[in-house]
Amino acid sequence: MTIQFNDPDRPNSYIGKTVPRPNATKLVQGRGRYVDDIALPRMLHVAFARSPVAHAKIGEIDLDEAKAVKGVLRVFTGKDLAEVCTPWVAVLAHLKGLKSPPEHPLAVDRACWVGEPVVAVVATTRAAAEEAASLVMVDYEDLPAVTDTMTALDKDTPVIHPELGDNLAFRRLHEEGDVEGAMAQAHKVVSARFRTARHTGVTLEPRSILVDWNPAEGQMTAYHATQAPHMMQTVFAKHLDIPESRVRVICGDVGGSYGIKVHVYPDEVATAAIAKMMGRPIKFIADRLESYSTDIHARDHEIEAKIAVDKDGKILAIDVDDWTGIGPYSVYPRTSAIEGNQVVNLCGGPYDFANYRAQTTVVFQNKTPTCQYRAVGHPIAVAITEGLVDMAAAELGMDPVEIRRRNMYADDAYPVTSPAKMRFEGLSHHASMDKLIGMMDYDALRADQEDARKRGKYRGIGIASFIELTNPSPFMYGIGGARISAQDGCTVRMDPDGSVVALSGVTEQGQGTEAMLSQIVAEGVGVNPSQVRIVTGDTQVTPYGGGTWASRGAGIGGEAALQAARALRDSILEVAGAMLQADASTLDIRSGQVVDGDSGEERMPLEELGRIVYFRGDTLPKDLPRELVQTRHFITMEYPFAFTNGVQASYLEVDTDTGVVTLLNHWCVEDCGRVINPQLVDEQIRGGIVQGLGGALYEEIHYDAYGQLLNGSMADYLVPMAAEMPDMQIGHVETPTGESELGAKGAGEAGTAGAPAAVMNAINDALRPLGAQVTEMPFTPERILRALGKIED
Amino acid sequence: MTEMFRDKVDVALTVNGEPVEARVPAGQHMIDFLRLDLGLTGAHASCEHGVCGACTIRVDGVSVRGCLMLAAQADGAEVWTVEGLTDTAAITDLQDAFVARNALQCGFCTPGMLVAAEELLSAGGTPSRAEIREHLSGNYCRCTGYEAIVDAVESVAKARAGKGDA
Repeated sequence: MTIQFNDPDRPNSYIGKTVPRPNATKLVQGRGRYVDDIALPRMLHVAFARSPVAHAKIGEIDLDEAKAVKGVLRVFTGKDLAEVCTPWVAVLAHLKGLKSPPEHPLAVDRACWVGEPVVAVVATTRAAAEEAASLVMVDYEDLPAVTDTMTALDKDTPVIHPELGDNLAFRRLHEEGDVEGAMAQAHKVVSARFRTARHTGVTLEPRSILVDWNPAEGQMTAYHATQAPHMMQTVFAKHLDIPESRVRVICGDVGGSYGIKVHVYPDEVATAAIAKMMGRPIKFIADRLESYSTDIHARDHEIEAKIAVDKDGKILAIDVDDWTGIGPYSVYPRTSAIEGNQVVNLCGGPYDFANYRAQTTVVFQNKTPTCQYRAVGHPIAVAITEGLVDMAAAELGMDPVEIRRRNMYADDAYPVTSPAKMRFEGLSHHASMDKLIGMMDYDALRADQEDARKRGKYRGIGIASFIELTNPSPFMYGIGGARISAQDGCTVRMDPDGSVVALSGVTEQGQGTEAMLSQIVAEGVGVNPSQVRIVTGDTQVTPYGGGTWASRGAGIGGEAALQAARALRDSILEVAGAMLQADASTLDIRSGQVVDGDSGEERMPLEELGRIVYFRGDTLPKDLPRELVQTRHFITMEYPFAFTNGVQASYLEVDTDTGVVTLLNHWCVEDCGRVINPQLVDEQIRGGIVQGLGGALYEEIHYDAYGQLLNGSMADYLVPMAAEMPDMQIGHVETPTGESELGAKGAGEAGTAGAPAAVMNAINDALRPLGAQVTEMPFTPERILRALGKIED
Repeated sequence: MTEMFRDKVDVALTVNGEPVEARVPAGQHMIDFLRLDLGLTGAHASCEHGVCGACTIRVDGVSVRGCLMLAAQADGAEVWTVEGLTDTAAITDLQDAFVARNALQCGFCTPGMLVAAEELLSAGGTPSRAEIREHLSGNYCRCTGYEAIVDAVESVAKARAGKGDA
């Protein structure tokens, strides 16, 4: 029996409805349990002495003063930990040519970025550990720092890792069609230079881990704020020489992740290594300076790009030369080549064109390592593409909506393969654009813009179409050799009282994973969501899975939950059929009752069935299966990724005297396939948009020429605050994927993918009458005033 | 240690309506005293220098950053945290509105956000959306984009004003 999703009046119709999150109430009461809320008997605290310089040989280390601090029990150097923890090398076989040196939990001979952990201090209190860490004396012998991306490969630039030969980590060139020929024959060729700033995630809960090694059991338990518990289980087991089965990773409440908490961090591995060496629970909670200097950074790209169009605005070719600096190491185990690779995969994404060339050049430098952060590569690719399309439209005197309509893949064109060789199963660019234009009342907005201009105000409208990569298959990491599961599983069981427990390999960091799972399981089995308990984030308990990243929770984890729930329903009905002497196919389960499928007449509550199965199994036929526990796994097979699409619009005003941008309104129409919980999807999109707006207007990590981090606090690295943010209008088009019964694709990154480009295009739309253009994010007042020629030096 | 420069300080205060006496390290922050010594883990330490608002608590009737106040300063103070405001049902309507509107995602900022919102609401009147946004500008939320929080606070302001009229 398949679920009739299009019938809102079907029984148990929880999929597609706004159902409250079961875990929200404890969080508003302050009853969440984040890692730092956990205290274990005999627990100790670790703090790290970190490199204050970007590149230096580590000379003599004097620990005397640190050891003298009251409460300090042990101090560890890189050499100490290297004896118990093997280093890692973050490369993937399918990213051909990617190279990176071995990385240790603490630097051994050399420090390569400001913030790299060098010495670990363990004490009875965090305050004592931090005080002692500040008293560690290390003789740093300065080495030349490489900080500029564009000159990292020059002959006279020092090579950071001489054994690797040069500072090139990875390069990929993709060519399709004849770009040179198309450019030569084009009506117009527009080129631009784009830049996206270094960002970081700024999770309000800093990175947190508490590791307990029990030598009597030979078992390690890590309470970890992570998105991928099973991946971390493998990492701890492999590098600390523990059988994988003897590592348990528990992930309770997590205070924000956005991709920051899906990577392997040296200080967290060091914490686990120290726990194993000391046989006591060790807690590490990053402070805010550590967050800025050691949480992964992202999006530090410089791009030269060109677009060629014919006189009707048809895109003939796109040419992209992308450069990014990733710090001194590729980050384990996902690698730091993925972001540049995504730029190559995603540029031009919404458009049907033939000639495409894109190259990404990924270089080493002496800054904090970069890696995957929410909407990996998307904000960059969308800014390049949509920036170029708007510039081409302006060159042609064409409306920006019109040029997009002339180039987007037709909604009935699918399946198609893009010039970047991405395969699209089914997208809705035109329907989404039509809906957006209606929602924003485009013509009225243009009239308002014109009216404002008469009053000396510079308002602009910016549009950004985009595609988003979700539901990744093993083509993302697994084929490269990483033990990162693309499959996910769910176990669903019915207990004697008729309630249902679901254990899932995907994880919750606030997205609403547990609500999504509860409503899918409720509908799949036929009970109320309040009758479903969800368990996530415990490698010893849940089915093996990848966790939550790349917008895979609903699409992959949700489908596994649906199939497990449907299997449990079938098992229950088989027992019910025997008990009621009815054909199981004539029965159904609704709101926790076994009912007659046709009439809906109640036949038996589930708790009665539970009573018989668990306590009076003797009354059932001897050969009757009565397995009220079912597990199913799901993996996508047909497409490497489930692409989604959407379009955003920004309306804003630029103060041409101060350079300040005021956001007036923001719209997003998004197609994530089947919407499971409309409220949660909308709030994912809103939150994602605001993260994108932060990148567009405020967020930028600054370094000086020596690789010194200049803004390592929340007062200096600006993120969006309530007063500056607009209200946002969200709409949906639903094109379910055929890969699953559920039909859900991801929704977590769409907002972040498109918002920066929409804002850039809106600012440039506002400034166009003044002959000014900005393409370097964030669009600070200074950059806008420079573009206007009001600051010159 | 001289009397002038003691490294431990005796304090007597009330926390969530209950008397507390303690000898605290002179350098201990209020947020650490609440979390580590009293087990009140509802308010969170995040930026640790007064910017993000995750540690916001109520001290003598006003919102205070738990990371900018020393425990030693709390002698004689009346302190309320999200736990006490929950137990006394002082902010039930606000909490219900946050859940109904999904005005929280990861929940790390939420206890501080609720204390800040309650401070605004308890001042009376029906604040505009812009006033709500301005008042909450000292409380960072990295998940929601703020709109749902503004919606929730606005709905409670209107509901309370409606009750006042009745």
